[in-house]
Amino acid sequence: MPRSAVPGLLIALAILIAGLLLALTVGRYPVSISELFDIVAAKLSGRAPDVPAAAVNVIWQIRGPRVLAAALVGASLAIAGTAFQGLFRNPLVSPELLGASSGAALGAVIGIYLALGVFAIQAFAFVGGLVAVSAVYLIGSAIRARDPILVLVLTGVVIGALLGAGVGLVKYIADPYNQLPAMTFWLLGSLAAINVADLIPLFGPVALGTLVLFALRWRMNVMSLPDEEARALGVSTGPLRIAIVAAATLVTSASVAAAGVIGWVGLVVPHIARTLVGPDFARLVPAAALLGGGFLLLIDTLARNMTAIEIPLGVLTALIGTPFFVWLLASMSKTWS
Amino acid sequence: MTLSGHDLTIGYTDHVVGRHLDLALSGGEVLALLGPNGGGKTTLLKTLLGLLAPRAGEVKLGGRSLTGYSVRERARLVAYVPQSHVSTFAFTVEAVALMGRTAHGNIFSRPTAGDRAIALRMLERFGVAHLRERPYTMISGGERQLVLLARALAQEPQFVVLDEPTANLDFGNQGKVMREIRQLAASGHGVLFTTHDPNHAMRAADRVYLLRGGECIGEGPTSTILGRPQLEALYGGPVEEISDRSDGRTAFLPG
Repeated sequence: MPRSAVPGLLIALAILIAGLLLALTVGRYPVSISELFDIVAAKLSGRAPDVPAAAVNVIWQIRGPRVLAAALVGASLAIAGTAFQGLFRNPLVSPELLGASSGAALGAVIGIYLALGVFAIQAFAFVGGLVAVSAVYLIGSAIRARDPILVLVLTGVVIGALLGAGVGLVKYIADPYNQLPAMTFWLLGSLAAINVADLIPLFGPVALGTLVLFALRWRMNVMSLPDEEARALGVSTGPLRIAIVAAATLVTSASVAAAGVIGWVGLVVPHIARTLVGPDFARLVPAAALLGGGFLLLIDTLARNMTAIEIPLGVLTALIGTPFFVWLLASMSKTWS
Repeated sequence: MTLSGHDLTIGYTDHVVGRHLDLALSGGEVLALLGPNGGGKTTLLKTLLGLLAPRAGEVKLGGRSLTGYSVRERARLVAYVPQSHVSTFAFTVEAVALMGRTAHGNIFSRPTAGDRAIALRMLERFGVAHLRERPYTMISGGERQLVLLARALAQEPQFVVLDEPTANLDFGNQGKVMREIRQLAASGHGVLFTTHDPNHAMRAADRVYLLRGGECIGEGPTSTILGRPQLEALYGGPVEEISDRSDGRTAFLPG
Protein backbone atom coordinates (compact mmCIF):
# COMPACT_ATOMS: atom_id res chain seq x y z
CA MET A 1 0.00 0.00 0.00
CA PRO A 2 1.45 3.35 -0.97
CA ARG A 3 2.33 5.72 1.83
CA SER A 4 0.59 8.56 0.03
CA ALA A 5 -2.88 8.28 -1.41
CA VAL A 6 -2.19 11.12 -3.87
CA PRO A 7 -0.89 9.06 -6.84
CA GLY A 8 -3.81 6.63 -6.61
CA LEU A 9 -6.37 9.41 -6.31
CA LEU A 10 -4.79 11.23 -9.26
CA ILE A 11 -5.06 8.10 -11.41
CA ALA A 12 -8.72 7.74 -10.41
CA LEU A 13 -9.34 11.42 -11.22
CA ALA A 14 -7.58 11.03 -14.58
CA ILE A 15 -9.85 8.06 -15.44
CA LEU A 16 -12.93 10.13 -14.54
CA ILE A 17 -11.77 13.08 -16.69
CA ALA A 18 -10.92 10.75 -19.59
CA GLY A 19 -14.36 9.18 -19.22
CA LEU A 20 -16.06 12.59 -19.24
CA LEU A 21 -14.21 13.80 -22.33
CA LEU A 22 -14.77 10.54 -24.20
CA ALA A 23 -18.46 10.35 -23.31
CA LEU A 24 -19.08 13.97 -24.33
CA THR A 25 -17.22 13.83 -27.64
CA VAL A 26 -17.85 10.32 -29.03
CA GLY A 27 -21.21 9.38 -30.51
CA ARG A 28 -23.39 9.42 -33.59
CA TYR A 29 -22.80 13.16 -33.78
CA PRO A 30 -19.05 13.49 -33.03
CA VAL A 31 -17.92 16.64 -31.28
CA SER A 32 -14.20 17.40 -31.22
CA ILE A 33 -12.43 18.28 -27.99
CA SER A 34 -11.78 21.83 -29.19
CA GLU A 35 -15.47 22.24 -30.10
CA LEU A 36 -16.39 20.93 -26.66
CA PHE A 37 -14.12 23.47 -24.95
CA ASP A 38 -15.55 26.23 -27.12
CA ILE A 39 -19.13 25.25 -26.20
CA VAL A 40 -18.30 25.20 -22.49
CA ALA A 41 -16.27 28.45 -22.65
CA ALA A 42 -19.08 30.15 -24.59
CA LYS A 43 -21.62 29.09 -21.98
CA LEU A 44 -19.41 30.34 -19.14
CA SER A 45 -18.70 33.72 -20.78
CA GLY A 46 -22.22 34.12 -22.15
CA ARG A 47 -21.11 34.65 -25.78
CA ALA A 48 -22.40 32.78 -28.82
CA PRO A 49 -20.36 29.64 -29.61
CA ASP A 50 -18.48 29.33 -32.91
CA VAL A 51 -19.72 25.78 -33.53
CA PRO A 52 -22.92 24.51 -35.20
CA ALA A 53 -26.04 24.84 -33.07
CA ALA A 54 -26.60 21.09 -33.40
CA ALA A 55 -23.34 20.39 -31.54
CA VAL A 56 -24.36 22.82 -28.78
CA ASN A 57 -27.70 21.03 -28.48
CA VAL A 58 -26.09 17.61 -28.41
CA ILE A 59 -23.83 18.68 -25.54
CA TRP A 60 -26.35 20.55 -23.37
CA GLN A 61 -29.59 18.71 -24.08
CA ILE A 62 -28.64 15.13 -24.92
CA ARG A 63 -25.15 14.08 -23.88
CA GLY A 64 -24.70 16.46 -20.95
CA PRO A 65 -27.50 15.10 -18.75
CA ARG A 66 -26.66 11.55 -19.70
CA VAL A 67 -22.96 12.00 -18.92
CA LEU A 68 -23.75 13.64 -15.59
CA ALA A 69 -26.15 10.83 -14.73
CA ALA A 70 -23.60 8.17 -15.68
CA ALA A 71 -20.95 9.77 -13.48
CA LEU A 72 -23.37 10.12 -10.54
CA VAL A 73 -24.80 6.59 -10.84
CA GLY A 74 -21.34 5.03 -11.24
CA ALA A 75 -19.98 6.93 -8.26
CA SER A 76 -23.04 6.04 -6.16
CA LEU A 77 -22.91 2.32 -6.87
CA ALA A 78 -19.16 2.26 -6.20
CA ILE A 79 -19.46 4.13 -2.88
CA ALA A 80 -22.38 1.96 -1.79
CA GLY A 81 -20.41 -1.18 -2.67
CA THR A 82 -17.40 0.10 -0.73
CA ALA A 83 -19.54 0.84 2.32
CA PHE A 84 -21.35 -2.53 2.19
CA GLN A 85 -18.08 -4.44 1.78
CA GLY A 86 -16.64 -2.73 4.84
CA LEU A 87 -19.74 -3.06 6.97
CA PHE A 88 -20.24 -6.73 6.18
CA ARG A 89 -16.51 -7.41 6.35
CA ASN A 90 -16.53 -9.14 3.03
CA PRO A 91 -14.99 -8.05 -0.24
CA LEU A 92 -17.47 -10.21 -2.19
CA VAL A 93 -20.47 -8.20 -1.03
CA SER A 94 -22.11 -5.72 -3.36
CA PRO A 95 -25.37 -3.74 -3.36
CA GLU A 96 -27.05 -6.34 -5.57
CA LEU A 97 -25.85 -9.31 -3.50
CA LEU A 98 -27.43 -7.88 -0.34
CA GLY A 99 -30.72 -7.20 -2.04
CA ALA A 100 -30.47 -3.40 -2.24
CA SER A 101 -30.72 -3.46 -6.02
CA SER A 102 -33.37 -6.16 -6.31
CA GLY A 103 -35.42 -4.58 -3.52
CA ALA A 104 -35.18 -1.21 -5.21
CA ALA A 105 -36.07 -2.88 -8.51
CA LEU A 106 -39.23 -4.42 -7.07
CA GLY A 107 -40.19 -1.09 -5.48
CA ALA A 108 -39.66 0.79 -8.72
CA VAL A 109 -41.50 -1.80 -10.84
CA ILE A 110 -44.48 -1.53 -8.51
CA GLY A 111 -44.21 2.26 -8.86
CA ILE A 112 -44.28 1.97 -12.66
CA TYR A 113 -47.21 -0.47 -12.45
CA LEU A 114 -49.17 2.00 -10.33
CA ALA A 115 -48.29 4.72 -12.89
CA LEU A 116 -46.76 6.93 -10.20
CA GLY A 117 -44.55 9.98 -10.71
CA VAL A 118 -40.76 10.03 -10.65
CA PHE A 119 -40.47 11.02 -6.98
CA ALA A 120 -42.93 8.37 -5.83
CA ILE A 121 -41.14 5.69 -7.88
CA GLN A 122 -37.91 6.76 -6.23
CA ALA A 123 -39.47 6.59 -2.75
CA PHE A 124 -40.78 3.09 -3.58
CA ALA A 125 -37.31 2.09 -4.79
CA PHE A 126 -35.72 3.40 -1.60
CA VAL A 127 -38.14 1.63 0.74
CA GLY A 128 -37.81 -1.57 -1.31
CA GLY A 129 -34.02 -1.44 -1.11
CA LEU A 130 -33.98 -0.70 2.61
CA VAL A 131 -36.47 -3.46 3.47
CA ALA A 132 -34.52 -5.97 1.38
CA VAL A 133 -31.13 -5.14 2.93
CA SER A 134 -32.60 -5.16 6.44
CA ALA A 135 -34.25 -8.53 5.83
CA VAL A 136 -31.04 -10.04 4.47
CA TYR A 137 -29.04 -8.68 7.37
CA LEU A 138 -31.49 -9.70 10.09
CA ILE A 139 -32.02 -13.21 8.75
CA GLY A 140 -28.31 -13.64 8.03
CA SER A 141 -27.28 -12.63 11.54
CA ALA A 142 -30.08 -14.57 13.26
CA ILE A 143 -28.73 -17.84 11.84
CA ARG A 144 -25.74 -18.81 13.94
CA ALA A 145 -23.26 -20.59 11.75
CA ARG A 146 -19.57 -21.26 11.56
CA ASP A 147 -19.25 -19.10 8.49
CA PRO A 148 -21.57 -16.09 9.00
CA ILE A 149 -20.39 -14.43 5.80
CA LEU A 150 -21.43 -17.42 3.71
CA VAL A 151 -24.82 -17.39 5.45
CA LEU A 152 -25.18 -13.70 4.67
CA VAL A 153 -24.34 -14.16 1.01
CA LEU A 154 -26.69 -17.15 0.68
CA THR A 155 -29.46 -15.22 2.43
CA GLY A 156 -28.91 -12.43 -0.09
CA VAL A 157 -29.25 -14.93 -2.94
CA VAL A 158 -32.47 -16.35 -1.48
CA ILE A 159 -34.06 -12.97 -0.78
CA GLY A 160 -32.92 -11.81 -4.21
CA ALA A 161 -34.70 -14.79 -5.79
CA LEU A 162 -37.87 -13.97 -3.86
CA LEU A 163 -37.73 -10.34 -4.97
CA GLY A 164 -37.05 -11.52 -8.51
CA ALA A 165 -40.25 -13.55 -8.35
CA GLY A 166 -42.04 -10.41 -7.17
CA VAL A 167 -40.66 -8.46 -10.14
CA GLY A 168 -41.77 -11.31 -12.41
CA LEU A 169 -45.28 -11.19 -10.98
CA VAL A 170 -45.59 -7.43 -11.48
CA LYS A 171 -44.33 -7.79 -15.07
CA TYR A 172 -46.86 -10.59 -15.64
CA ILE A 173 -49.82 -8.48 -14.55
CA ALA A 174 -48.53 -5.24 -16.11
CA ASP A 175 -50.09 -3.74 -19.23
CA PRO A 176 -48.06 -5.47 -22.00
CA TYR A 177 -48.25 -2.48 -24.36
CA ASN A 178 -47.49 0.49 -22.12
CA GLN A 179 -45.89 -0.69 -18.93
CA LEU A 180 -44.08 -3.92 -19.77
CA PRO A 181 -41.60 -2.47 -22.30
CA ALA A 182 -40.76 0.32 -19.85
CA MET A 183 -40.14 -2.21 -17.09
CA THR A 184 -38.02 -4.53 -19.25
CA PHE A 185 -35.99 -1.67 -20.64
CA TRP A 186 -35.50 -0.31 -17.16
CA LEU A 187 -34.62 -3.64 -15.51
CA LEU A 188 -31.69 -4.09 -17.89
CA GLY A 189 -30.28 -0.72 -16.95
CA SER A 190 -30.02 2.21 -19.32
CA LEU A 191 -29.23 5.88 -19.30
CA ALA A 192 -30.70 6.48 -22.76
CA ALA A 193 -33.93 8.00 -21.46
CA ILE A 194 -32.27 10.41 -19.01
CA ASN A 195 -33.19 14.06 -19.47
CA VAL A 196 -32.51 17.24 -17.49
CA ALA A 197 -35.64 16.79 -15.35
CA ASP A 198 -34.48 13.32 -14.20
CA LEU A 199 -31.27 14.75 -12.81
CA ILE A 200 -32.89 16.49 -9.84
CA PRO A 201 -34.42 13.41 -8.13
CA LEU A 202 -31.14 11.60 -8.83
CA PHE A 203 -28.84 14.34 -7.58
CA GLY A 204 -30.60 15.10 -4.27
CA PRO A 205 -30.52 11.63 -2.67
CA VAL A 206 -27.10 10.85 -4.15
CA ALA A 207 -25.64 14.07 -2.72
CA LEU A 208 -27.17 13.42 0.70
CA GLY A 209 -26.12 9.77 0.91
CA THR A 210 -22.65 10.47 -0.43
CA LEU A 211 -22.17 13.30 2.06
CA VAL A 212 -23.06 10.97 4.94
CA LEU A 213 -20.74 8.22 3.71
CA PHE A 214 -17.92 10.71 3.13
CA ALA A 215 -18.32 12.16 6.60
CA LEU A 216 -18.29 8.69 8.17
CA ARG A 217 -15.40 7.28 6.13
CA TRP A 218 -12.92 7.54 9.03
CA ARG A 219 -15.22 5.45 11.18
CA MET A 220 -15.69 2.82 8.47
CA ASN A 221 -12.24 1.41 9.25
CA VAL A 222 -13.34 0.59 12.78
CA MET A 223 -16.75 -0.56 11.55
CA SER A 224 -15.03 -3.22 9.43
CA LEU A 225 -13.77 -4.90 12.63
CA PRO A 226 -15.80 -7.48 14.56
CA ASP A 227 -18.68 -5.75 16.36
CA GLU A 228 -17.41 -6.19 19.92
CA GLU A 229 -13.97 -4.93 19.01
CA ALA A 230 -15.44 -1.83 17.38
CA ARG A 231 -17.55 -1.11 20.48
CA ALA A 232 -14.53 -1.58 22.76
CA LEU A 233 -12.75 1.03 20.63
CA GLY A 234 -15.50 3.51 21.42
CA VAL A 235 -17.92 3.26 18.48
CA SER A 236 -21.67 2.93 18.98
CA THR A 237 -21.92 0.33 16.25
CA GLY A 238 -25.72 -0.01 16.22
CA PRO A 239 -26.68 3.56 15.22
CA LEU A 240 -23.63 3.94 12.99
CA ARG A 241 -24.42 0.74 11.10
CA ILE A 242 -27.98 1.92 10.51
CA ALA A 243 -26.70 5.30 9.26
CA ILE A 244 -24.26 3.67 6.83
CA VAL A 245 -26.78 1.11 5.54
CA ALA A 246 -29.42 3.83 5.09
CA ALA A 247 -27.01 6.13 3.24
CA ALA A 248 -25.66 3.35 1.00
CA THR A 249 -29.19 2.10 0.29
CA LEU A 250 -30.34 5.67 -0.47
CA VAL A 251 -27.69 6.21 -3.15
CA THR A 252 -28.25 2.72 -4.59
CA SER A 253 -32.01 3.18 -4.75
CA ALA A 254 -31.74 6.63 -6.33
CA SER A 255 -29.40 5.17 -8.94
CA VAL A 256 -31.71 2.22 -9.62
CA ALA A 257 -34.73 4.52 -9.87
CA ALA A 258 -32.93 6.73 -12.42
CA ALA A 259 -30.95 4.25 -14.49
CA GLY A 260 -32.43 0.84 -13.71
CA VAL A 261 -30.53 -2.17 -12.47
CA ILE A 262 -26.83 -1.90 -13.33
CA GLY A 263 -25.02 -4.76 -11.64
CA TRP A 264 -21.38 -5.37 -10.85
CA VAL A 265 -20.19 -1.75 -10.59
CA GLY A 266 -20.53 -1.89 -6.78
CA LEU A 267 -18.44 -5.05 -6.66
CA VAL A 268 -15.73 -4.44 -9.25
CA VAL A 269 -14.92 -0.77 -8.67
CA PRO A 270 -14.13 -0.97 -4.92
CA HIS A 271 -11.57 -3.68 -5.72
CA ILE A 272 -9.84 -1.62 -8.38
CA ALA A 273 -9.88 1.35 -5.99
CA ARG A 274 -8.35 -0.82 -3.26
CA THR A 275 -5.45 -1.79 -5.50
CA LEU A 276 -4.89 1.93 -6.21
CA VAL A 277 -5.02 3.41 -2.69
CA GLY A 278 -5.17 0.48 -0.25
CA PRO A 279 -7.97 -0.58 2.11
CA ASP A 280 -8.08 2.53 4.33
CA PHE A 281 -11.64 3.80 3.88
CA ALA A 282 -10.58 7.41 4.37
CA ARG A 283 -8.97 7.32 0.93
CA LEU A 284 -10.87 4.36 -0.51
CA VAL A 285 -14.26 6.12 -0.50
CA PRO A 286 -13.14 9.11 -2.61
CA ALA A 287 -11.08 6.86 -4.91
CA ALA A 288 -14.06 4.55 -5.47
CA ALA A 289 -16.33 7.52 -6.19
CA LEU A 290 -13.98 8.91 -8.87
CA LEU A 291 -13.32 5.49 -10.40
CA GLY A 292 -16.98 4.48 -10.35
CA GLY A 293 -17.94 7.60 -12.25
CA GLY A 294 -15.19 7.05 -14.82
CA PHE A 295 -15.99 3.33 -15.13
CA LEU A 296 -19.68 3.81 -15.87
CA LEU A 297 -18.93 6.66 -18.31
CA LEU A 298 -16.67 4.33 -20.29
CA ILE A 299 -19.26 1.52 -20.17
CA ASP A 300 -22.06 3.87 -21.23
CA THR A 301 -19.98 5.24 -24.11
CA LEU A 302 -19.38 1.66 -25.24
CA ALA A 303 -23.09 0.86 -24.89
CA ARG A 304 -23.99 3.82 -27.14
CA ASN A 305 -21.39 3.22 -29.82
CA MET A 306 -20.55 -0.46 -30.09
CA THR A 307 -23.47 -1.42 -32.32
CA ALA A 308 -26.24 0.27 -34.29
CA ILE A 309 -28.69 -0.23 -31.42
CA GLU A 310 -27.84 0.51 -27.81
CA ILE A 311 -26.73 -2.36 -25.62
CA PRO A 312 -28.32 -2.35 -22.14
CA LEU A 313 -25.80 -1.32 -19.49
CA GLY A 314 -26.60 -4.26 -17.21
CA VAL A 315 -25.62 -6.62 -20.03
CA LEU A 316 -22.24 -4.94 -20.55
CA THR A 317 -21.36 -4.72 -16.86
CA ALA A 318 -22.27 -8.39 -16.45
CA LEU A 319 -19.94 -9.31 -19.33
CA ILE A 320 -17.11 -7.58 -17.45
CA GLY A 321 -18.22 -8.43 -13.92
CA THR A 322 -18.73 -12.18 -14.23
CA PRO A 323 -15.14 -13.10 -15.18
CA PHE A 324 -13.92 -10.58 -12.60
CA PHE A 325 -15.96 -12.26 -9.86
CA VAL A 326 -14.68 -15.70 -10.83
CA TRP A 327 -11.12 -14.41 -10.71
CA LEU A 328 -11.78 -12.80 -7.33
CA LEU A 329 -13.25 -16.03 -5.96
CA ALA A 330 -10.24 -18.01 -7.20
CA SER A 331 -7.71 -15.60 -5.74
CA MET A 332 -9.59 -15.34 -2.43
CA SER A 333 -10.05 -19.07 -1.96
CA LYS A 334 -6.27 -19.31 -1.54
CA THR A 335 -6.50 -17.31 1.69
CA TRP A 336 -9.55 -19.18 3.00
CA SER A 337 -8.60 -21.84 5.49
CA MET B 1 -9.79 3.91 40.13
CA THR B 2 -11.34 0.44 40.34
CA LEU B 3 -13.13 -1.79 37.84
CA SER B 4 -15.37 -4.18 39.74
CA GLY B 5 -18.20 -6.65 39.38
CA HIS B 6 -20.76 -7.05 42.15
CA ASP B 7 -22.83 -10.23 42.53
CA LEU B 8 -22.82 -10.67 38.75
CA THR B 9 -25.01 -13.14 36.94
CA ILE B 10 -23.50 -13.43 33.48
CA GLY B 11 -24.71 -15.02 30.28
CA TYR B 12 -26.87 -14.60 27.22
CA THR B 13 -30.60 -14.29 26.74
CA ASP B 14 -31.07 -18.02 26.32
CA HIS B 15 -28.75 -19.28 29.05
CA VAL B 16 -26.96 -18.18 32.19
CA VAL B 17 -23.23 -18.88 32.25
CA GLY B 18 -22.27 -17.89 35.81
CA ARG B 19 -23.76 -16.60 39.07
CA HIS B 20 -22.71 -14.67 42.17
CA LEU B 21 -19.43 -13.44 40.80
CA ASP B 22 -17.59 -10.67 42.66
CA LEU B 23 -14.25 -9.32 41.57
CA ALA B 24 -12.30 -6.09 41.62
CA LEU B 25 -9.30 -4.76 39.73
CA SER B 26 -7.29 -1.72 40.82
CA GLY B 27 -4.74 0.36 38.94
CA GLY B 28 -1.17 -1.01 39.00
CA GLU B 29 -2.37 -4.57 39.53
CA VAL B 30 -2.52 -7.66 37.32
CA LEU B 31 -5.39 -10.11 37.72
CA ALA B 32 -5.39 -13.43 35.87
CA LEU B 33 -8.60 -15.28 35.09
CA LEU B 34 -8.05 -19.04 35.01
CA GLY B 35 -10.40 -21.87 34.28
CA PRO B 36 -11.33 -24.70 31.94
CA ASN B 37 -12.92 -24.15 28.54
CA GLY B 38 -16.58 -23.24 28.81
CA GLY B 39 -16.12 -22.08 32.39
CA GLY B 40 -17.27 -18.55 31.61
CA LYS B 41 -13.95 -16.70 31.29
CA THR B 42 -14.76 -14.92 28.05
CA THR B 43 -18.35 -14.19 29.12
CA LEU B 44 -17.10 -12.59 32.34
CA LEU B 45 -14.53 -10.61 30.37
CA LYS B 46 -17.16 -9.26 27.99
CA THR B 47 -19.44 -8.38 30.89
CA LEU B 48 -16.69 -6.40 32.61
CA LEU B 49 -15.92 -4.64 29.33
CA GLY B 50 -19.55 -3.58 29.03
CA LEU B 51 -19.90 -5.49 25.75
CA LEU B 52 -22.43 -7.83 27.32
CA ALA B 53 -24.98 -6.63 29.87
CA PRO B 54 -24.99 -8.56 33.16
CA ARG B 55 -28.17 -10.59 33.69
CA ALA B 56 -28.12 -9.42 37.32
CA GLY B 57 -25.71 -7.49 39.51
CA GLU B 58 -23.65 -4.51 38.51
CA VAL B 59 -20.30 -3.62 36.94
CA LYS B 60 -18.77 -0.48 38.41
CA LEU B 61 -16.01 1.70 37.05
CA GLY B 62 -14.57 4.33 39.38
CA GLY B 63 -17.54 3.98 41.72
CA ARG B 64 -20.09 4.65 38.97
CA SER B 65 -22.21 2.05 37.23
CA LEU B 66 -20.63 1.08 33.89
CA THR B 67 -24.01 1.51 32.18
CA GLY B 68 -23.78 5.23 33.03
CA TYR B 69 -20.80 5.66 30.70
CA SER B 70 -21.18 6.30 26.99
CA VAL B 71 -19.41 3.87 24.65
CA ARG B 72 -16.84 6.57 23.97
CA GLU B 73 -16.19 7.47 27.62
CA ARG B 74 -15.79 3.81 28.42
CA ALA B 75 -13.27 3.26 25.62
CA ARG B 76 -11.10 6.04 27.05
CA LEU B 77 -10.89 4.17 30.37
CA VAL B 78 -10.99 0.48 29.48
CA ALA B 79 -9.22 -1.03 26.47
CA TYR B 80 -9.77 -4.50 25.09
CA VAL B 81 -7.14 -6.68 23.43
CA PRO B 82 -8.97 -9.46 21.57
CA GLN B 83 -7.31 -12.67 20.52
CA SER B 84 -5.21 -11.84 17.48
CA HIS B 85 -7.10 -12.58 14.32
CA VAL B 86 -6.70 -11.95 10.64
CA SER B 87 -8.78 -8.99 9.53
CA THR B 88 -10.72 -8.95 6.27
CA PHE B 89 -8.95 -5.93 4.88
CA ALA B 90 -5.19 -5.48 4.68
CA PHE B 91 -4.95 -2.30 6.75
CA THR B 92 -1.42 -1.15 7.51
CA VAL B 93 -0.07 -1.75 11.01
CA GLU B 94 -0.12 2.02 11.52
CA ALA B 95 -3.79 2.26 10.52
CA VAL B 96 -4.66 -0.50 13.01
CA ALA B 97 -2.83 1.28 15.84
CA LEU B 98 -4.50 4.54 14.84
CA MET B 99 -7.93 2.92 15.37
CA GLY B 100 -7.08 3.06 19.07
CA ARG B 101 -7.55 6.83 18.85
CA THR B 102 -11.19 6.47 17.75
CA ALA B 103 -12.67 7.34 21.14
CA HIS B 104 -10.65 10.55 21.35
CA GLY B 105 -12.25 12.11 18.28
CA ASN B 106 -15.88 12.66 17.36
CA ILE B 107 -17.81 10.59 14.88
CA PHE B 108 -16.77 12.65 11.83
CA SER B 109 -13.25 13.63 12.84
CA ARG B 110 -10.12 12.54 11.08
CA PRO B 111 -7.06 11.51 13.13
CA THR B 112 -4.89 14.48 14.07
CA ALA B 113 -1.10 14.72 13.96
CA GLY B 114 -1.21 14.19 17.74
CA ASP B 115 -3.21 10.97 17.28
CA ARG B 116 -0.65 9.72 14.78
CA ALA B 117 2.22 10.55 17.14
CA ILE B 118 0.58 8.62 19.99
CA ALA B 119 -0.13 5.59 17.79
CA LEU B 120 3.46 5.58 16.56
CA ARG B 121 4.83 5.94 20.10
CA MET B 122 2.83 2.89 21.21
CA LEU B 123 4.08 0.87 18.23
CA GLU B 124 7.61 1.87 19.27
CA ARG B 125 6.91 0.87 22.87
CA PHE B 126 6.13 -2.68 21.75
CA GLY B 127 8.96 -2.80 19.23
CA VAL B 128 6.80 -3.05 16.12
CA ALA B 129 7.17 0.49 14.75
CA HIS B 130 9.37 -0.77 11.93
CA LEU B 131 6.35 -2.72 10.62
CA ARG B 132 4.09 0.33 10.41
CA GLU B 133 3.76 0.36 6.63
CA ARG B 134 3.28 -3.40 6.37
CA PRO B 135 -0.21 -4.86 5.92
CA TYR B 136 -1.54 -6.17 9.24
CA THR B 137 -2.51 -9.39 7.45
CA MET B 138 1.08 -10.08 6.43
CA ILE B 139 2.82 -10.03 9.83
CA SER B 140 3.24 -12.93 12.28
CA GLY B 141 0.76 -13.83 15.02
CA GLY B 142 3.12 -12.57 17.70
CA GLU B 143 3.57 -9.27 15.91
CA ARG B 144 -0.19 -8.94 15.50
CA GLN B 145 -0.67 -9.40 19.26
CA LEU B 146 1.86 -6.64 19.92
CA VAL B 147 0.12 -4.35 17.41
CA LEU B 148 -3.20 -4.97 19.18
CA LEU B 149 -1.49 -4.09 22.50
CA ALA B 150 -0.23 -0.86 20.91
CA ARG B 151 -3.74 -0.12 19.66
CA ALA B 152 -5.15 -0.68 23.16
CA LEU B 153 -2.60 1.65 24.74
CA ALA B 154 -3.28 4.28 22.08
CA GLN B 155 -6.71 4.53 23.73
CA GLU B 156 -4.79 5.86 26.78
CA PRO B 157 -6.89 3.71 29.09
CA GLN B 158 -6.67 3.09 32.84
CA PHE B 159 -7.50 -0.59 32.43
CA VAL B 160 -6.42 -3.13 29.83
CA VAL B 161 -8.38 -6.35 29.39
CA LEU B 162 -6.76 -9.12 27.35
CA ASP B 163 -8.46 -12.27 26.07
CA GLU B 164 -5.92 -15.11 26.01
CA PRO B 165 -3.04 -12.87 24.99
CA THR B 166 -0.64 -15.80 24.70
CA ALA B 167 -2.82 -18.12 22.63
CA ASN B 168 -1.28 -18.92 19.25
CA LEU B 169 2.06 -17.38 20.21
CA ASP B 170 5.42 -19.11 20.13
CA PHE B 171 7.40 -19.57 23.34
CA GLY B 172 9.50 -16.44 22.91
CA ASN B 173 6.54 -14.21 22.17
CA GLN B 174 4.61 -15.62 25.15
CA GLY B 175 7.43 -14.39 27.37
CA LYS B 176 7.44 -11.02 25.66
CA VAL B 177 3.71 -10.54 26.18
CA MET B 178 4.02 -11.55 29.86
CA ARG B 179 6.78 -8.96 30.34
CA GLU B 180 4.69 -6.31 28.63
CA ILE B 181 1.79 -7.10 30.97
CA ARG B 182 4.08 -6.52 33.96
CA GLN B 183 5.24 -3.26 32.35
CA LEU B 184 1.64 -2.10 31.98
CA ALA B 185 1.01 -2.61 35.68
CA ALA B 186 4.29 -0.87 36.52
CA SER B 187 3.07 2.17 34.58
CA GLY B 188 -0.13 2.23 36.68
CA HIS B 189 -2.59 0.32 34.48
CA GLY B 190 -4.96 -2.23 35.91
CA VAL B 191 -4.59 -5.39 33.80
CA LEU B 192 -6.98 -8.32 33.52
CA PHE B 193 -6.17 -11.30 31.32
CA THR B 194 -7.46 -14.79 30.72
CA THR B 195 -5.11 -17.69 30.16
CA HIS B 196 -5.03 -21.44 29.77
CA ASP B 197 -1.60 -21.70 31.34
CA PRO B 198 -1.27 -21.35 35.15
CA ASN B 199 2.44 -20.67 34.63
CA HIS B 200 1.55 -17.46 32.81
CA ALA B 201 -0.48 -16.40 35.84
CA MET B 202 2.50 -17.29 38.06
CA ARG B 203 4.74 -15.18 35.86
CA ALA B 204 2.64 -12.08 35.44
CA ALA B 205 -0.30 -11.88 37.85
CA ASP B 206 -0.53 -10.39 41.33
CA ARG B 207 -3.85 -12.07 41.93
CA VAL B 208 -5.76 -14.91 40.33
CA TYR B 209 -9.45 -15.63 39.95
CA LEU B 210 -10.42 -19.26 39.40
CA LEU B 211 -13.60 -19.84 37.42
CA ARG B 212 -15.13 -23.28 36.96
CA GLY B 213 -18.62 -23.97 35.66
CA GLY B 214 -19.56 -20.33 36.12
CA GLU B 215 -18.57 -20.30 39.78
CA CYS B 216 -15.62 -18.68 41.48
CA ILE B 217 -13.77 -21.47 43.31
CA GLY B 218 -10.85 -19.40 44.54
CA GLU B 219 -9.52 -15.89 44.51
CA GLY B 220 -6.51 -14.15 46.01
CA PRO B 221 -2.76 -13.53 45.72
CA THR B 222 -1.18 -15.74 43.07
CA SER B 223 1.42 -17.28 45.41
CA THR B 224 -1.13 -18.44 48.00
CA ILE B 225 -3.97 -19.44 45.66
CA LEU B 226 -2.10 -21.26 42.91
CA GLY B 227 -1.15 -24.69 44.15
CA ARG B 228 -1.57 -28.27 43.06
CA PRO B 229 -4.86 -28.97 44.92
CA GLN B 230 -6.52 -25.80 43.64
CA LEU B 231 -5.49 -26.47 40.04
CA GLU B 232 -6.58 -30.10 40.24
CA ALA B 233 -9.96 -28.94 41.49
CA LEU B 234 -10.12 -26.24 38.81
CA TYR B 235 -9.33 -28.44 35.82
CA GLY B 236 -10.65 -31.73 37.22
CA GLY B 237 -7.45 -33.66 36.43
CA PRO B 238 -4.06 -34.44 37.89
CA VAL B 239 -1.45 -31.65 38.02
CA GLU B 240 2.25 -31.95 38.78
CA GLU B 241 4.02 -29.22 40.72
CA ILE B 242 7.71 -28.56 40.15
CA SER B 243 9.68 -26.39 42.57
CA ASP B 244 13.06 -24.79 42.17
CA ARG B 245 14.89 -25.52 45.47
CA SER B 246 17.20 -22.53 45.19
CA ASP B 247 14.54 -19.80 45.07
CA GLY B 248 11.32 -21.67 45.87
CA ARG B 249 9.57 -20.76 42.60
CA THR B 250 7.05 -23.24 41.24
CA ALA B 251 5.75 -24.31 37.88
CA PHE B 252 2.95 -26.66 36.92
CA LEU B 253 2.66 -29.47 34.42
CA PRO B 254 -0.59 -31.08 33.34
CA GLY B 255 -1.04 -34.82 33.87
